[in-house]
Amino acid sequence: MQVDQLYQEIILDHYKHPHGRGLRDADDPAASVAEAHHVNPTCGDEVTVRVATDGVVLHDVSYDGYGCSISQASASVLHELLAGRPAAEAFAVHAAFVELMSGRGEVTPDEEVLGDGVAFAGVARYPARVKCALLPWMAFKDAAARAGVDTSPTEVQG
Amino acid sequence: MTTIAIPPGMPQYGDVPSYDVAAVRADFPILDRTVNGHPLVYLDSANTSHKPRQVLDVLREHYEWRNANVSRSVHTLGTEATEAYEGARAKVAAFINAPSPDEVVFTKNSTEAINIVAYAFSNASLRPDADPRFRLGPGDEVVISEMEHHSNIVPWQLLCERTGATLRWFPVTDHGRLDESGLTDLVNERTKIVSLVHMSNILGTVNATSRITQRVREVGALLLLDCSQSVPHMPMDVVDYDADFIVFTGHKMCAPSGIGVLWGRTELLAAMPPVLGGGSMIETVAMSGSTFAPPPTRFEAGTPPIAEAVALGAAVDYLSGVGMRAIQWHEKQLTAYALDALATVPELRIFGPNVPVGRGGTISFALGDIHPHDVGQVLDSLGVQVRVGHHCARPVCTRFGVPATTRASFYLYTTTEEIDALVAGLEQVRKVFA
Repeated sequence: MQVDQLYQEIILDHYKHPHGRGLRDADDPAASVAEAHHVNPTCGDEVTVRVATDGVVLHDVSYDGYGCSISQASASVLHELLAGRPAAEAFAVHAAFVELMSGRGEVTPDEEVLGDGVAFAGVARYPARVKCALLPWMAFKDAAARAGVDTSPTEVQG
Repeated sequence: MTTIAIPPGMPQYGDVPSYDVAAVRADFPILDRTVNGHPLVYLDSANTSHKPRQVLDVLREHYEWRNANVSRSVHTLGTEATEAYEGARAKVAAFINAPSPDEVVFTKNSTEAINIVAYAFSNASLRPDADPRFRLGPGDEVVISEMEHHSNIVPWQLLCERTGATLRWFPVTDHGRLDESGLTDLVNERTKIVSLVHMSNILGTVNATSRITQRVREVGALLLLDCSQSVPHMPMDVVDYDADFIVFTGHKMCAPSGIGVLWGRTELLAAMPPVLGGGSMIETVAMSGSTFAPPPTRFEAGTPPIAEAVALGAAVDYLSGVGMRAIQWHEKQLTAYALDALATVPELRIFGPNVPVGRGGTISFALGDIHPHDVGQVLDSLGVQVRVGHHCARPVCTRFGVPATTRASFYLYTTTEEIDALVAGLEQVRKVFA
């Protein structure tokens, strides 16, 4: 196993230049806003994900945290993929990412659905690091549920 | 250049005890393997040590030749198994200079050993007729330190919650030493027990215990030393250290996992109520109530880890054969070498003493702001196995303002070439995350 399969350029780019980092207030005061704070007890990584939504569209997915390159790059990709998306689509992407990470490297990711998230395919081969990649995604799911979003996925129209 | 000779009659450099490291390495089959296409560089012995063939042979031989339950059979196999188990107890006792094998209680690990003492306090606190040294209540105090492993924090937190006693702790200095400046206040007439790590599993600090022991005696408290990281690496003499209890674990000293030791003074173990109830630990059982066996059996309810204990005896033989003094010197030289070598790595910050004095061969560090998981992952790709995380000593990480560290730790089989591989690996880490 070559380590550069794990540390793809895309992942290192997101880590060094994170997109959409920082917890933000909702633009629309009527939006439902909720957040979830998740920690990885084995390494002390922490992330807080905040969702602002009208129940149909995720107007913003903002985040802050501390941790390894995998968890922080994953949060950046999460923001990029899900912010501004209809909730149903977002949860289809969520399901695809979880499937990829649970696949022990056997799942071929669909770039149409996962965008830069495909770079995490290599991470799935490292069981010790899968939790790092999933940390922001699990926090996102909790935050969205708390914001009152129906979290069941539907098909993404490519 | 002139050399200054050490005067005759004084200890000479050549007098330092030593051994053939290559020969020792040949005893450890796992050291021959490769990891990710590179020779294994195992720098995680503080986490668990490897096992020499001599120990593995004894483990196998036990199951193949004298497997039986202990302390309850009249048949030959049972007798031989019991002799092997009790023989291991005697070996362990001699290894730490315990006055009697009966002072050695076999446990699962250090964690269980500490919990036995903590629960003995707890159980005694419920019984008015119990020995007052073990009775705890509001106003009493338990003292630990900020540099403890979670196994020497959480049992005492739980005990204090149950009894209403107060938990206090020694702070840690910026250099990673125990801050003893508040000793007389911290250890006082209200103190019932001081439970202190002998060598920190994260900072590498070896605590000098004599001042604390003296103070503990002045106030009539008890002293437990967590020797999980020290007994495997240096000679231990429980009489010389004047402790009341020490704990350590087999898997960090060339033995299998699942076997640990609680050593306690005879009269203290005898004054402690039982903790786990069950077979073996009783004197007589009636439906109306039971009486209990004397120590150490009182604290060994159920079938113990027999083969593991026997293998711990073999590990003690192995380590004694190499020589604990020599192992200590070897690791001291490695530590000095590693501290110098790591000092050449840009942006590397060591947590804990940065001189090879009053510390062992366990070195935690940060590499710039690169997360330890990333450091460990790149090192692993080069075959270098280090521990990353909070090392079950989260208060130390908090003390130094980091969520986690990278830790390299050495043992009798570690070489300077492996430390070179670590340093080269750290350069690679810096390149990946530049």
